[in-house]
Amino acid sequence: MATAEPLRLRRFTRTERTLHWVHATAFLVLLASGLALYLPSLAQLLGRRPLLKDIHVYTAVTWAAAILVVVLFGDRHSLRRTMREMDVFDRDDRDWLRGRKTPQGKFNAGQKLNAAITAAFAVLFAVTGTLLWLGERDTRYRFAQTLLIHDWLTQISLLLFLGHLYLAVIHPKTRHALNGMTRGWVDAEWADRRHEKWSREVRKADRV
Amino acid sequence: MVSVEGQEPRRYGRRVFLGVLAGGLTSFAWAPAASRIFSPLTSAGSQLLGNVLPVGGWRIYTISGSMPVFDPNTWSLAVDGLVERPVKLGYDDLRALPAAEQVSTFHCVTGWTVHNVRWRGIRLQRILDLAGPLHSARALRFVSSEHPYEDSLTIEQALLPDVMLALDLDGSPLSRPHGAPLRLVIPEMYGYKGVKWLERIEVVGEQPTGYWENLGYDQDAWIGRSNGYS
Repeated sequence: MATAEPLRLRRFTRTERTLHWVHATAFLVLLASGLALYLPSLAQLLGRRPLLKDIHVYTAVTWAAAILVVVLFGDRHSLRRTMREMDVFDRDDRDWLRGRKTPQGKFNAGQKLNAAITAAFAVLFAVTGTLLWLGERDTRYRFAQTLLIHDWLTQISLLLFLGHLYLAVIHPKTRHALNGMTRGWVDAEWADRRHEKWSREVRKADRV
Repeated sequence: MVSVEGQEPRRYGRRVFLGVLAGGLTSFAWAPAASRIFSPLTSAGSQLLGNVLPVGGWRIYTISGSMPVFDPNTWSLAVDGLVERPVKLGYDDLRALPAAEQVSTFHCVTGWTVHNVRWRGIRLQRILDLAGPLHSARALRFVSSEHPYEDSLTIEQALLPDVMLALDLDGSPLSRPHGAPLRLVIPEMYGYKGVKWLERIEVVGEQPTGYWENLGYDQDAWIGRSNGYS
């Protein structure tokens, strides 16, 4: 055979990448405007609380609408396939979580956990955020705990986000993955090392 | 030995998703208890970081575009309405009045609390003595320079022993976010009653509704006994 080894493997469809970046952008804007509302020193520095509040609330509404649009009009087949990948943990995944270097599929077990937690947090942020918004207008929706829970979610997701950022742009062994999320493909050789089972599977089908 | 079942793929992804979701939603029930357990840690931290991180500390709420700026040369507190002698007190006038000190807990109606807040300021009785309320006086209307924020107390409430017009917080003059130079403090009620950036006290015959009361919050904001808390 004269064909060379495939150099690149397709990793994320445009729909998947759009979904990721819509979520990431909204998260950053919400985090920045939220911190400006939440940290006393920043609140004093910036002052413009009603404006920041509007930015925070409208970003949240835009986020929800944009996610809906991407899911409705995007490549739902690829989303379903990815969700299934993230849902299922096989024995290698469970061993990986116990610290063994087992071969991984398209996502390693840590990525799967991160995805599940991020999705649940998005729902919890939306629920508590909506209650905060309603509670300011109607005291029936105001619960003493809502603000506390919204704060906790922020603190934990900030940690998750910093970890995600480190693995995606700094850690030498994993940072190549960013390519998959920006351009949609990764080097096959990298995939062989980090996602062995997936690369074996798609080397046949998904050459770029 | 590994069981055959242990080798099967399992749908842990959705379980983690649903588990985190359930944990988050049920936390409406257990969050207060958890926060009480952590509070000795966070309140120790907040003594140091109180102005940087709100861990167990203050949140600053404003209703307008920017916080009022305090200029000691032009600022004054007006006391008028149903009084014998309307007065205007400058910052130095207030500082010259006999001051009181107290340590109290600050509760916000949105659920956060700051313990052991050290306030120093003037009791309302001193201010009322200067202006001389008429017999028809029933309540005090506290007006902020952050318009249109205002709130009110009955005269009985305003004369509770731990109510004061605070000038200092934790040993230093009120900072701008805390309502410089003067704010109302009433520890037995939720924080929205404690008008910041105070510029006027109007003595009135009937208690008016304040900014948050117009949005559905209770006039008598007793801690633990109002606004849906019981």
